[in-house]
Amino acid sequence: MREFMTGAEAIARGAIHAGCDFFAGYPITPATPILLHMVRELPKVGGVAIQGEDEIASIGFCISAAMTGARAMTATSGPGISLYSENIGLAIMGEVPLVIVDCQRMGPATGGATTTAQGDIQFLRWGTSGGYPLIVLAPTCVQDCYSLTMQAFDLAERFRVPVLLATDKETVLASATVDTASLKKVPVRERKPAPEDWDFMPYRVEALEAIPTFSPFGGKHILRFTTSSHDEYGYLSKDPITVDRLNRHLAAKIDSHVDEIARLDLDAQEGADTLLISYGITARATKEALLAWRERGGKVSSATVISLWPVPEKALLEAMAGMKRILVAELNLGQYRREIERLARDDQEVVGIHRVDGDLIAPAQILERGGMR
Amino acid sequence: MSDQGLATYLNESMLPYPFCPGCGHGPILDQLNKALVELQLDPRKMVIVTDIGCCGLSDRFFNTNAFHGLHGRSVTYASGIKLANPDMKPIVLIGDGGCGIGGHHLINAARRNIGVTVLVFNNLNYGMTGGEHSVTTPMGGVTSTTRQGNLERPLDIASTVALNGASFVARTTSFDKQLSDLIVRAIRNEGFSLIDIWELCTSYYVPFNRFSRKSLETTMTELNLASGVLKDETRPEYSRTLQERAKERSGEPAMPPVPLEPSFSHALPRRMSFVFAGAAGTRVGTAASAFCRAAVLSGLWASMRQDYPVTVKKGHSVAVVILSTEEIFFTGIEAPDVVVILSPEGLKKAQTRLPSLGSEAVVYTHATLAPIEVPGRKMELDFSQAGKHAMRKEFWPIMAVGEVLRDLGILELDALCEALKMQPAYAEANLAAVEAGRGAARPG
Repeated sequence: MREFMTGAEAIARGAIHAGCDFFAGYPITPATPILLHMVRELPKVGGVAIQGEDEIASIGFCISAAMTGARAMTATSGPGISLYSENIGLAIMGEVPLVIVDCQRMGPATGGATTTAQGDIQFLRWGTSGGYPLIVLAPTCVQDCYSLTMQAFDLAERFRVPVLLATDKETVLASATVDTASLKKVPVRERKPAPEDWDFMPYRVEALEAIPTFSPFGGKHILRFTTSSHDEYGYLSKDPITVDRLNRHLAAKIDSHVDEIARLDLDAQEGADTLLISYGITARATKEALLAWRERGGKVSSATVISLWPVPEKALLEAMAGMKRILVAELNLGQYRREIERLARDDQEVVGIHRVDGDLIAPAQILERGGMR
Repeated sequence: MSDQGLATYLNESMLPYPFCPGCGHGPILDQLNKALVELQLDPRKMVIVTDIGCCGLSDRFFNTNAFHGLHGRSVTYASGIKLANPDMKPIVLIGDGGCGIGGHHLINAARRNIGVTVLVFNNLNYGMTGGEHSVTTPMGGVTSTTRQGNLERPLDIASTVALNGASFVARTTSFDKQLSDLIVRAIRNEGFSLIDIWELCTSYYVPFNRFSRKSLETTMTELNLASGVLKDETRPEYSRTLQERAKERSGEPAMPPVPLEPSFSHALPRRMSFVFAGAAGTRVGTAASAFCRAAVLSGLWASMRQDYPVTVKKGHSVAVVILSTEEIFFTGIEAPDVVVILSPEGLKKAQTRLPSLGSEAVVYTHATLAPIEVPGRKMELDFSQAGKHAMRKEFWPIMAVGEVLRDLGILELDALCEALKMQPAYAEANLAAVEAGRGAARPG
């Protein structure tokens, strides 16, 4: 079944399919259409959607709603994601399942409200104090907006961590044909519940990489939620052993499951010594460049990074193994190239392809940089 | 819970309180406990929400749900809990510092009259970080950041929320023996409640200002601030109202699929790109979108990008469409195959693309626009014979799409009509416009 929709519509539909029943957001170009869809649609499924007084309130509503058992999502753009920063840290510390859509626009600051960019990539990973991991997925097209939103909810609920959707103005506002019949619907995931007759420890984990059991505010247990370093009961703690274990757990619950989270889409060609790496909207130009490259008799492979964070290192290393030259295309001045450079061997040439004037990298730009034009 | 109910909500094992001798925080918490015992709230149906500052240490002394969050944001967390579950009773314990950094949230929670109770531990300065001035420090007050006396007028928290929609508001001090009665009334209120509780910071504000219990009262008098209950009224509580409103929409299908089953033929010779350039507010995007849906109804893949200024109804509006028999990956274009220009704003925007046009390209321009030089075929769109549609610019784009289809023959006109019928509210007007525009295109 084919449909014609915007990325914003696809995100909203993906969220509703994933059982999203709480949304709060503040109007900002180009994320506003998502807010409008959710405000209109969530009441129909018994959910709550609200425009907060600002971005800080909006993400605050989502965080505590999630701890009250809701499946929560919010959406914003550069200036708003900057304001989310402190609460993203809180969500990591409190182990809150939360989906955050970042519709990237040109930065820094107010930048270009109606121009597209991929300049938030490192900020999304490192933009909150402490430096603990979260998950960032990058949809390449409208269809991905639908499926990766469902995936984001699944990962958020499973790992009790904020999952960010790193999309962009172009993908969210543009419309495209989507083959909705081919979309794999992800079953709605339930958080692992705490046993009813249990002295509930909201932050108790058997192993560092395990996920605590859940009991919502208003449920059968007393729930203590905190943004401060804490013990298993959720009481503030400065005990070095307790704090060390907590912090290692926050890292281990993502790091130990990288193989289940990380995703790299590979289009490999036998005998290729050039690899094109891209993500998000830029992956679409790469796809067309790849087809033209091969049509002209060249051999080339491509790797599309779907999970920007955690970095799919294993898959990238495999994809890069036989390559002499690696071209990394992105709408910034080389943010993800840093990750590729640290994985590359000394004898591999890593070349950046950039664009920061608000327009898209065209297939021609990639072909030219690759010497195929 | 025994038959007599809970005798205390305090977690005795955590006591004594860690607050400085003479600090008002402990007495307020005792009064809160007294109020909770009277109310006999289920500790699982209430949440003590705190943020940063000495009073942010308070939640651990209660055997209830707790949410300890970021500085000044406790009202947002309390609101989120209430929105997600209107049966919950969130009680916020916040300092005057939190009311400063999070004042925006207080005002908006009051405006909504959301069912959150706020107890302000107002000791007129930042006690935890070393006695800096806060939004409630009286003028002239000496603090570690106002050594020569505070120059800023203090914020009247209680009146601010009362003026902006809170349904229960009181002002008192931590010495008030009836404080627990006020807390009971505040929590019983269904909507937004706030008690501004003035107290002493014995480590900083008291020694810096020779401040005393008596000074609390004289300061209130000097500022002309009343104490006791300032407001007690009944207004609908926000989360319940929102819930009731949602019920009115409940069961309606949420974003049902809008299938575009291929049911028309097409004659697209190759992948083609189109630029529709007109004036903002004249439904350029709507027309281009209908064009795309007509293409999908004809078994094609379509993509559409739009460009317009943030003011929406002034300036240009440009839609870039690609049609293909195969999936479209890159949605940008280098040189369009077809350009439709309907207004001077559109011309200005499309002009940069004109030199790149190939000799196969077709350009349609509105008849009133100055002639332009292009390498390919030129067509003029003259809507002056389109009757009542002639002067209605919001129909020009859809009339243009109709004429482009008639001229190029790449899609059946019926496919466009079918696409337009899928938006019933505008279908009749749009179909009439497509018909009215017939014959408007002629070689230019």
